[in-house]
Amino acid sequence: MAKTLSEKILSIRSGSDANAGDIVIVPVDLAFVQDTTGPLTIRQFKETGKKLANPSHTVIFIDHAVPSPNRQLSNDHQFLRNFAREYNCLISDYGNGVCHQLVAELLANPGDIIVGADSHTVTAGAVGAFATGMGSSDIAVAFALGKTWFRVPETFKIEITGKFSEKVDSKDLILYLIGRIGADGATYKALEFSGDAVSKMPMSQRLTIANMAVEAGAKVGIFPSDNITRKHLEKQGRGDKFKELHADDGAKYEKIIKIDASALEPMVSMPHTVDNVAPARTLEGTKIQQVFIGTCTNGRLEDMAIAARILKDKTIHPNVRLIVAPASRNVLSMAIKKGYIDILINAGGTIVPPGCAACLGLHQGVLADGESCLSTANRNFKGRMGNPEASVYLASPATAAASAITGEITDPRKVK
Amino acid sequence: MADVILKGRAFKFGDNISTDHIIPGRYAHLRSNLPELAKHAMEDADPSFPQKVNKGDFIVAGNNFGLGSSREHAPLVIKMSGVSAILAKSVARIFFRNAINQGMPVLICDTDKITSGDELEINLSRGIVTNLTTNTQLTFGKIPQVMLNILNEGGLIPYINKYGDFKL
Ligand code: SF4
Repeated sequence: MAKTLSEKILSIRSGSDANAGDIVIVPVDLAFVQDTTGPLTIRQFKETGKKLANPSHTVIFIDHAVPSPNRQLSNDHQFLRNFAREYNCLISDYGNGVCHQLVAELLANPGDIIVGADSHTVTAGAVGAFATGMGSSDIAVAFALGKTWFRVPETFKIEITGKFSEKVDSKDLILYLIGRIGADGATYKALEFSGDAVSKMPMSQRLTIANMAVEAGAKVGIFPSDNITRKHLEKQGRGDKFKELHADDGAKYEKIIKIDASALEPMVSMPHTVDNVAPARTLEGTKIQQVFIGTCTNGRLEDMAIAARILKDKTIHPNVRLIVAPASRNVLSMAIKKGYIDILINAGGTIVPPGCAACLGLHQGVLADGESCLSTANRNFKGRMGNPEASVYLASPATAAASAITGEITDPRKVK
Repeated sequence: MADVILKGRAFKFGDNISTDHIIPGRYAHLRSNLPELAKHAMEDADPSFPQKVNKGDFIVAGNNFGLGSSREHAPLVIKMSGVSAILAKSVARIFFRNAINQGMPVLICDTDKITSGDELEINLSRGIVTNLTTNTQLTFGKIPQVMLNILNEGGLIPYINKYGDFKL
């Protein structure tokens, strides 16, 4: 039978004819935790009394609270490091960056099954992996058995045509899509992206879209593995891991959603749900006190370039704090070499180390009561940035940079 | 086997209660101190919840309960606060699996007819919720068999410890 990308990968990996609705058991190519989900996972793993099934494909990322803001988290970090030493698995410590960025740069391959104790594990769908976030019990068992079970998801095909207009990008597209289908519009489903706009879409933009698939409730957000995937892998020295992967013609989709990229404009997701979306131009006059550029959604080199282009020879608004967190060591290093960091700090920005930084409300940019932040992250739930009395708006790096200059939400097309 | 019956009071919440409402990221430093963490259960949805809830009570929610992060601490603190089941119109994917993995029943039903404070009796075996306050009954959807097997062992880790592997 003709298969969707998810059905195809799960069929190959389970060695069975997997169709939407079936339950399959599959081997896991990569299982990981991060510092806020890792300690519970490891305690649960230890309860099984088993060894790691695959230490060289088991990764501990210390990225959410780096450098540690308090002794409790420092102790958690120490616990994780000791575990990695004792069990001989991989560990990524301070300064390397956000787990999903590192997985995309260094570890994810087309057709892989990737599970992580972090909901944005879906990000690796951009390279054609079946990648999803799970809780610590499931990851503990993936650590111990090297496998997991899945219900094969039904798929929504998202067909994207046309070309983005200037200062509009894939962040606007995914915010638009989530606004259209809702925060639970794709619960339990796979989102599969295709169309002529996708075949030309650079990897950085694909990663942003895949990253936010979970904000519509989806299990995976998956892209075909094509020439762009091949180039991405080659650039990372993993060209040999490339394999082409496409959905079959005639595959069964539960829904087909068509989007014309050329009709999109800069979008903003308003407090306190991601699907509360409006065009940036309709929110002009909304004052913000902080702009945050970074995260697994938009902390890549290309995002730093967009922000630097807009902020070059400009100064941020005196009532705004601009925090920039490159998503990985490599992003930071390249952004320094290319001069982006110099532009951003001279515009008034503060650079924080590669990691999640202000995204989850632990440190490095917690908001005050009544304040609003425009962030390039993926979530704006109440309390997300550390204060339930504050508000978070989500937008693209271009909108974030433009708004940092004006001190209010600004359509980036208005800033010269 | 005798029917499994749960009895308690309803605590009603709206739509889109995220894992950040259930256990905010700002308490990440308490995640290795679960009794302290549990004192903040549901804090950003209802700050008085931990004081008011009694053993056996139920969380009753609208659509898309538990959206957001994969933190299993969310169903875990709900369980530690004494809640014996979650009823909702719909539940986010990762939360659903996490709750079952923690041995916490999640029942999908039309929760519109339940208000805070209602006394409920849930027959897990037959799929029936009886609202003792309004004297009405609801049915809830079947939990998929794989998950029921895990739930019956009290969660995924006890399940794996018993069978050594997935027995689907
Ligand atoms: S950057 Fe934000 S969304 Fe991404 S993994 Fe870190 S905390 Fe989660």
